[in-house]
Amino acid sequence: MVNHFELFNLPARYDIDRTALDQTYRKLQGEVHPDRYATATSAERLRSAQMATLVNEAYQTLKSPVDRARYLLHLHGIDTQEETNTAMPADFLMQQLEWREAIEDAHAAADIAALENLLTDLKHEAANLETQLGTTIDEQHNHARAADLVRKLRFLDKVRDETKLAIEALET
Amino acid sequence: MALLQISEPGKSASPHRHRLAAGIDLGTTNSLVATVRSGMAVVLSDEEGHALLPSVVHYLNNGKVEVGHAAQVQQSHDPHNTIVSAKRFMGRGLHDIDDIGHYPYRFVDAPGMVQLNTVNGVKSPVEVSAEILKALKARAEKSLGDELAGAVITVPAYFDDAQRQATKDAARLAGLNVFRLLNEPTAAAIAYGLDNASEGVFVVYDLGGGTFDVSILRLSRGVFEVLATNGDSALGGDDFDRRIFCWMLEKFQIPPLGPEDTRLLLTKAREAKEQLTYHQQTRITGVLSTGDVIDLTLDNDTFGKLTQHLVGKTLAPIRKALRDADIATTDVQGVVMVGGATRIPQIQRAVAEFFRQEPLNNLDPDKVVALGAAIQANVLAGNKDENELLLLDVIPLSLGLETMGGLAEKIIPRNSTIPVARAQEFTTFKDGQTAMSIHVVQGERELVSDCRSLARFELRGIPPMAAGAARVRVTFQVDADGLLSVSAREQISGVEAHITVKPSYGLTDDEIATMLQSSFSHASTDKEARALREAQVEADQLLAAIRAALEQDGDVLLDAAERAELERHMDALKSAMKEAGRDAIAYATSALNRASETFAARRMDASINRALTGRKIDDLKV
Repeated sequence: MVNHFELFNLPARYDIDRTALDQTYRKLQGEVHPDRYATATSAERLRSAQMATLVNEAYQTLKSPVDRARYLLHLHGIDTQEETNTAMPADFLMQQLEWREAIEDAHAAADIAALENLLTDLKHEAANLETQLGTTIDEQHNHARAADLVRKLRFLDKVRDETKLAIEALET
Repeated sequence: MALLQISEPGKSASPHRHRLAAGIDLGTTNSLVATVRSGMAVVLSDEEGHALLPSVVHYLNNGKVEVGHAAQVQQSHDPHNTIVSAKRFMGRGLHDIDDIGHYPYRFVDAPGMVQLNTVNGVKSPVEVSAEILKALKARAEKSLGDELAGAVITVPAYFDDAQRQATKDAARLAGLNVFRLLNEPTAAAIAYGLDNASEGVFVVYDLGGGTFDVSILRLSRGVFEVLATNGDSALGGDDFDRRIFCWMLEKFQIPPLGPEDTRLLLTKAREAKEQLTYHQQTRITGVLSTGDVIDLTLDNDTFGKLTQHLVGKTLAPIRKALRDADIATTDVQGVVMVGGATRIPQIQRAVAEFFRQEPLNNLDPDKVVALGAAIQANVLAGNKDENELLLLDVIPLSLGLETMGGLAEKIIPRNSTIPVARAQEFTTFKDGQTAMSIHVVQGERELVSDCRSLARFELRGIPPMAAGAARVRVTFQVDADGLLSVSAREQISGVEAHITVKPSYGLTDDEIATMLQSSFSHASTDKEARALREAQVEADQLLAAIRAALEQDGDVLLDAAERAELERHMDALKSAMKEAGRDAIAYATSALNRASETFAARRMDASINRALTGRKIDDLKV
């Protein structure tokens, strides 16, 4: 059983070569995708569907910074406890409350521009945490702190989804 | 059969002669069939030279059926029995169709899908669509001189699972072998991208007769990667006709119309819409069955105002798709326009304004989908060098399960690249609970009641345990056609249940078999002959595929004993085919299939190895 990094012939690090990832993805799907086996035996079609599914799963995991970090930690035997451990520093929780209020206010005022600005802010905040993840995992090898960062990013993702939903609700 | 096959160095000889493959655009208003001939995708016309087949089916009281132009002329005379826009009813229940009063049909509320009562009996939208597909199949086979090996059929990207399943059922009913269901905007992107050697991010804006799709794709050296798709499966060019129709009623103070006059005015409305593409204004004239004379003039400005909100309705899905793909309008290389309705000037203007660039109109918006489907069909049939084209498509709507309190929990989010599989664990909430009911839904909303219900099934036989002790793993799998299957397994006891999502809205295999049977006059003998022939064709295909695989990799991947074992099963199938018993052939086919599994796995590993040159196959036992 190979792991996702091995499947893509990449070193198991947080900081990865995105161009190589994309290129290998296309190469792998070029070989295993069900479209290549439309007239093959049913054994080959089944195998192709399984492999193409696995390649998609691995690619999506490695492409997303937070999924990649979670997966790396998992390979190191660390559970990020996103469902169970919701303890967060007070300032981060305050920040969250502010964002949620901002969404509610903008939604009430039907202010799509404000929501879009918030999305940009959240994107910057996530990028900031992702940079920290890089040094924490690849250089400091501090897995406990990395797990904290993954949990924070998960919170941010949720706020982002809520913002998107608020925009969609206003647009329709 | 050719005695000698000449192949280019490095490529293995094709196991077959050129397989006839077609691309079919099954549209709301018009349908087309195309094929690749001498390396060129071409739309096939009928004997009168028409490329477009109106998607109209007329049922006559003598049991006969007319399709296309012949049916279209009956629209105003026999509106109850002349079905247009059947695509709008595919996979839909009566309660789903909110403009039911606008149609002149006698709808029948049936479990699952709505049906239509005609002089020729009650017909489901699947059967109506199958008539259109049959006509296109006949056209293709006549034009190409032989039976089709298979076809790619396009569907709106925003079609949900029920609508896709209904389309596939219609194809089976028409006797077509479906290579793949392909999303319409993706098909258009293939035709456009290959024609223009384009690279970069492209948006496909596809406004058909009854559906709207937007897809965002990254094109890169023959790879078409869909980043996001969105749309509205109940918005199309027909709605623009309807706006004109309502304006006419208002303008003229016409009393309630009968179905004949409704049909007449809708046709007039469509003609007016088409006129306004090329003219500033148009005159609408006609005589109603009451003798009332209609004479109106519609100008482009008024038409623009009447349909402004419809144009606006297409912009919201574009914004959603851009956000999901994380793409800004400035990143967009080009906007490809697809579907006859994109000829409407105010749509062209709105799209140009939104993307701040002129949209691309250099391919015929009516034909581009069928052409792309033909190219993909040709690839899937194995007629083309494999490395030229690869499609990576997505599912349009999230798939999930009902959880406590009527909430929908997403298992596979929208815009996931297919094929995809995801699993989630659930547990029991009562002590001693022995069954768990699983309700599969599709959609973005939080409440199950706002999502589309796809299927319900039960996992039974869970051994009694304390609440929360059972571990039920539910797995969702979406195949390359975008069709879902769901399985559930209790991890401790190993109890399993599996379902290919169909029951709520699709037809069961038995229903299809009954329909197929009733469509043959000499039911039983025909059915047997057909089953035998199908088994023979399948056996032939399997033998050819294994022969080709052996030629390619047999020496490297199999040892002498393994190869002999495989060949023994091949010989067994060959002798079963001589005996001509259907069951014997089917049995030998499945035995050979099983015998080839190891070989298939090794070939796949070798393929991956090829993609990652310099690595050993042994490293990749996945």
